[in-house]
Amino acid sequence: MAQAPALPAGFELPLEPRLPRIGSIDAVALEARAASLAQRSIKREAKVFALELAIRMMDLTTLEGADTPGKIAALASKAIRPDPSDPNIPSVAALCVYPNLVPHAVARLKGTGVKVASVATAFPSGQAPLDVKLREVQEVVAMGADEIDMVIDRGAFLSGRYARVYDEIAQVKHACGDAHLKVILEVAELGTYDNVRRASLLAIAGGADFIKTSTGKLSGAATLPVTLCMLEAIRDVHDESGRMIGMKPAGGIRQSKQAVQYLVQLYETLGADWLTPDLYRLGASSLLNDVLMQLRKEKTGRYQSPDYFTID
Amino acid sequence: MTKLERQQGRSPVPAGWDYAPAPEAREIVTLGERYGIFVNGEFVQPRSGEWYSTISPASEEPLAEIAQAGAEDVAFAVGAARAAYENGWSALSGAERAKYLFRIARLLQERSREFAVLESLNGGKPIKESRDVDLPLAAAHFFYYAGWADKLEYAFPNRRPRPVGVAGQIIPWNFPLLMLAWKIAPALAAGNTVVLKPAETTPLTALLFCDLLRQAELPPGVVNIVTGDGRAGAALVKSAVDKIAFTGSTEVGKAIQRETAGTGKRLTLELGGKAANVIFDDCALDQAVEGIVNGIYFNQGHVCCAGSRLLVQESIYEQTISKLKRRLATLRVGEPLDKNTDVGAINSRQQLEKIQELVASGEQEGAEIFQPACRLPEKGYWFVPTVFTNVAQSYRIAQEEIFGPVLSVLTFRTPEEAVEKANNTPYGLSAGVWTEKGSRILWMAQRLRAGVIWANTFNRFDPASPFGGYKESGFGREGGRHGLAPYLNFE
Repeated sequence: MAQAPALPAGFELPLEPRLPRIGSIDAVALEARAASLAQRSIKREAKVFALELAIRMMDLTTLEGADTPGKIAALASKAIRPDPSDPNIPSVAALCVYPNLVPHAVARLKGTGVKVASVATAFPSGQAPLDVKLREVQEVVAMGADEIDMVIDRGAFLSGRYARVYDEIAQVKHACGDAHLKVILEVAELGTYDNVRRASLLAIAGGADFIKTSTGKLSGAATLPVTLCMLEAIRDVHDESGRMIGMKPAGGIRQSKQAVQYLVQLYETLGADWLTPDLYRLGASSLLNDVLMQLRKEKTGRYQSPDYFTID
Repeated sequence: MTKLERQQGRSPVPAGWDYAPAPEAREIVTLGERYGIFVNGEFVQPRSGEWYSTISPASEEPLAEIAQAGAEDVAFAVGAARAAYENGWSALSGAERAKYLFRIARLLQERSREFAVLESLNGGKPIKESRDVDLPLAAAHFFYYAGWADKLEYAFPNRRPRPVGVAGQIIPWNFPLLMLAWKIAPALAAGNTVVLKPAETTPLTALLFCDLLRQAELPPGVVNIVTGDGRAGAALVKSAVDKIAFTGSTEVGKAIQRETAGTGKRLTLELGGKAANVIFDDCALDQAVEGIVNGIYFNQGHVCCAGSRLLVQESIYEQTISKLKRRLATLRVGEPLDKNTDVGAINSRQQLEKIQELVASGEQEGAEIFQPACRLPEKGYWFVPTVFTNVAQSYRIAQEEIFGPVLSVLTFRTPEEAVEKANNTPYGLSAGVWTEKGSRILWMAQRLRAGVIWANTFNRFDPASPFGGYKESGFGREGGRHGLAPYLNFE
């Protein structure tokens, strides 16, 4: 019989503007669709377009305990001018670092157009008191970060306390002020695509500018199907309310071929309007050099040794 | 952040992203200028002396000259099959027959790219479908029935299965090689010999298959191929075969049944369909939309089990249609050999005209037509993927099989109404049900009168699963253990 889709407990929230139905995801069919999109054969000028776009959309990332100001300085130079031998290669979108390194990144990147993104809210676990998380966000913003990558409280989400998750996102959004908020769902811990969709809508309702798959700290990071699932949630929100939410797959994207697959999926799911760094980012630490190598191959017809690309 | 702010801050990007052509190389296929009929392991000139030209429907370019077999040619082929049956094949042990079938299966895998390219060239279907669906499934059918060849006693315990004799097989143009595999694999596994007539417009993969049979060293006469139009098929039906297996239109199927009545010839028919694809409001909607697209636009809708009638629950009608229309706009229609093509060419001018005629009738009867903007090649036969909404059950487009990329959308309110509307057709080949509720899937499956019912998927095939129709969609099953029975006599 006809019935309204069931709302999970605690979902009676101030969801304004109206969100789409929560619905459900068929895992087999979702994965089949993602696999079929990944088969697109992208060649020549279409490939060059995708690779250059991938660079412009890249959040060049280093999130290590061993990060130092020197490391950040090196990466910042790489972010501004990825290929010293080819001035036509664009800068990346942002440099993504831990809070303590934000001032160093800001100093290096000021006025270059490359944004500074910082993880916050007790990244990567999110298991800290709310006031601590909010203070972290405020400090990071005060130090000059343009973008905040927060993690959701998966413990609360998985125990069904959706209102708490929502509330936390909303408060972090408030603490962000003018900084952009990317909400990391950490999909590998959510277990099902149904949960991914639910968490996506929750994050968007809470005020996310971007939703992001993963911290990159777990083995199961971004995959094509999970990203497709989140893109479909973004599409439904746009249909309902006109809001355009950004998407950031992160973790495990190391090769140009994968980057092109993600962009094909984006293009065929959300259309050309989303082909911009304002609405799509690729979170990656080791992807950039492979993209540079492929671009040079497209231009010269030959692969060059990795020694011709800087390790930063 | 509001939409306005976003748009101001946006970086300039081109309006679209044109994928560069990604053609599959055609050079792997070497075609002869002329192909006679294949009898006793060799190509011979047709005694009829008639030839016709087979073309690529995507470019109308002639590919080869093909024999138009006459009654004498058919009789010659049937005689060869009879001799092969009596002089060894029927007496061969099951394990020996299996050896040949396994060989054929492996050779199909080895030569799959060659066959896939030729299938797309001659039939117009996208290379990604011939490569990823037709060829793997064709090989899988031979593997599957190879496994049964020495186990017939176990398939039908205590019934002493014996081969029927010579099987006459007539196949359609929508899945030329796959239908050949569906027909030949169980027939040979059961110990029969065959005379097969491929469709008039798509004979080339069947003729390339003859080369593969020689490579597999199949004894001469066990498989014979006669080509030509309906006249050759009619001659085969009238000839001295023991069984006819036909896949094609209901109209021709009825004529064949009249012709074989009282002759003692065994008959199986796999005919048309007008399948209902039923979308409930609790389904996973984005995936259901993919299923709708796969159900009707797969192989340009040239699929007898295509989900050509969409039944959507009214509560999600608007949302479903808007998602479907947007998805349609992303379908890439064009050159079949391009690896990014989703929808290829219509198989023949005749079929294109039939589709055009039925679509015109839909517009006249008052249905609302939607076709995405789409640039079609200048030469060849093409039809834009089409959706009709506001369709009444009484319209021709809701009743007749269109066999093209045309979907008719109807709505329902309750599961009872969905069953009633889905069954309200002279056909009964397949149906689809989309719901997250397992109990509803079983409830629907018990009530839908169709040979195949897919739940949360569509157009999925497996050699182990029997396929066939209710009502005017035919009788007899192909695939699975059931698919052996029509090729066996029992005590």
